[in-house]
Amino acid sequence: MVKKKGKISSEKIISIAAVIIILVFWWVATHMGWTNEKLIPTPEKTFAAFAEVLSKGYKGHTLLQHIGASMERLFIAFFWAFVIAVPLGLISGFSSKVRAALEPIIEFYRPLPPLAYYTLLTLALGIENESKIALLFLACFAPIYVSCVSAVARIKQDYILSAYTVGANKVQVFWYVIFPSCLADMFVGLRTAIGVAYTTLVAAEMVAATSGIGWMVLDAGNWFRNDIIFVGIIVMGITGLFIDFILKFIEKRIVPWSGKD
Amino acid sequence: MEELLKTNDTVVSIKNAYLKYAGERGSVTALENINLDIKKGEFICVLGPSGCGKSTLLKIIAGFHQPTEGEALMGGITPIKGPDWERGVVFQAPTLYPWMNIYQNVEFGPKMRKIPKEKIKEDVTKYLELVGLKDFAKQKPYELSGGMRQRASLARVLVNNPSMILMDEPFGALDALTRQNMQTLVREIWNKTGNTIFLITHDVDEALALATRVIVMSSRPGRIVKEFNTEFTYDLGGANEEAAKYSPEYMHIREEILNIINAQNSALKTSEV
Repeated sequence: MVKKKGKISSEKIISIAAVIIILVFWWVATHMGWTNEKLIPTPEKTFAAFAEVLSKGYKGHTLLQHIGASMERLFIAFFWAFVIAVPLGLISGFSSKVRAALEPIIEFYRPLPPLAYYTLLTLALGIENESKIALLFLACFAPIYVSCVSAVARIKQDYILSAYTVGANKVQVFWYVIFPSCLADMFVGLRTAIGVAYTTLVAAEMVAATSGIGWMVLDAGNWFRNDIIFVGIIVMGITGLFIDFILKFIEKRIVPWSGKD
Repeated sequence: MEELLKTNDTVVSIKNAYLKYAGERGSVTALENINLDIKKGEFICVLGPSGCGKSTLLKIIAGFHQPTEGEALMGGITPIKGPDWERGVVFQAPTLYPWMNIYQNVEFGPKMRKIPKEKIKEDVTKYLELVGLKDFAKQKPYELSGGMRQRASLARVLVNNPSMILMDEPFGALDALTRQNMQTLVREIWNKTGNTIFLITHDVDEALALATRVIVMSSRPGRIVKEFNTEFTYDLGGANEEAAKYSPEYMHIREEILNIINAQNSALKTSEV
């Protein structure tokens, strides 16, 4: 697809319009008394709550601290999953024996709802960061591992053979040919992993936590602060979009050929 | 050119080679008793019906496969144990790396072989110019047309100055016009550099237009059934191109080759019914 720079596509305009229509509808519905005021706060009240948690914070922590607490868990877990799952996935792609050892375990836990074993993790590691990082690590691990295995399976054999016929040795073939040709598929796994981990994180904080954006929403529910629930949900959504946007940006930089080859 | 052809240096020789593998219905003989001496400066074109083992033969020369019986020797002495830069391969689908630009793709071989940097730069520039891609050095492979990609693949092999260049239906995926341009280009390069070339094709005219020797193979098992020494390639580059292409001699050889291939195709069909 060829896009002209500086020109906004009509699809983009439609998307923006849809968001604006929803916001306007929200304002009208709450102001005309179509909805229960206790259930759905007005946009102004929500914005005021947003300003409040941003400056004064909620239950001892500011909004940014809550987001920070969540992001810290997410990124520590993602980092370790990346460091461990990528090499294991690549090795499994090449060695059917390693794959035979790892696959049953991963295939067993992958479809499990994370919150099912989260109970076990909290019993073992407490409701602070450790249990959440462990949970998120597991959530990230499977998609990254699986994408690396399939990346290796999808390498074009002729890429490897032609490297040998121009004089590369085995080590060079790995670093200059195999690794880069896996990158595109690997990125799909990374994006899936962080998406899965993010939803898991919010859910986990809603089960047991003392800080974090998910916990803020849960706690606000207990005190019937619907405006804060709204703030929390909107912030979660925007943060999720933002993370995916960053990953897409990095992907374009690192694997610009993805989908073009 | 004449001089090169007169020399008797053997680049690769295949001796009594067989290649058998275990198929679904027992052992399959892909190649049977292949004997072939490739001399320096030769332009060999291999023709044959699909499934006749011409690609398998190329893979044995390249070192991707080992013959199950007989031997494949480099320079008539050293057994070919695996692929290396002495025998560069141009694949049917270009295998340029999309994570490198054209320049980096071409310099890949010499860079891996730790050739001095100045020499690499000089060679890469020279061969990019030879294949007409000097202005496209910074482009990525996916930004180029099929013909240009194949020219870049050729440059990537040429830059190593290999003892021999192997091409597996390199122009099979190109349109007719691009295909002719590529044939002319390969002929010119062969004339200029005196490389030894082994090219697989399913197009009789392509084979006759390029080769100094045409090898016709039969299928199941793959054998060499006939060899022709041809000289049309010398005329086709020049002014009397049309005359050469429609000469009685050309027509005669063309017909003979087609007869061999067609006889096999019909034999194959009856055996399958």
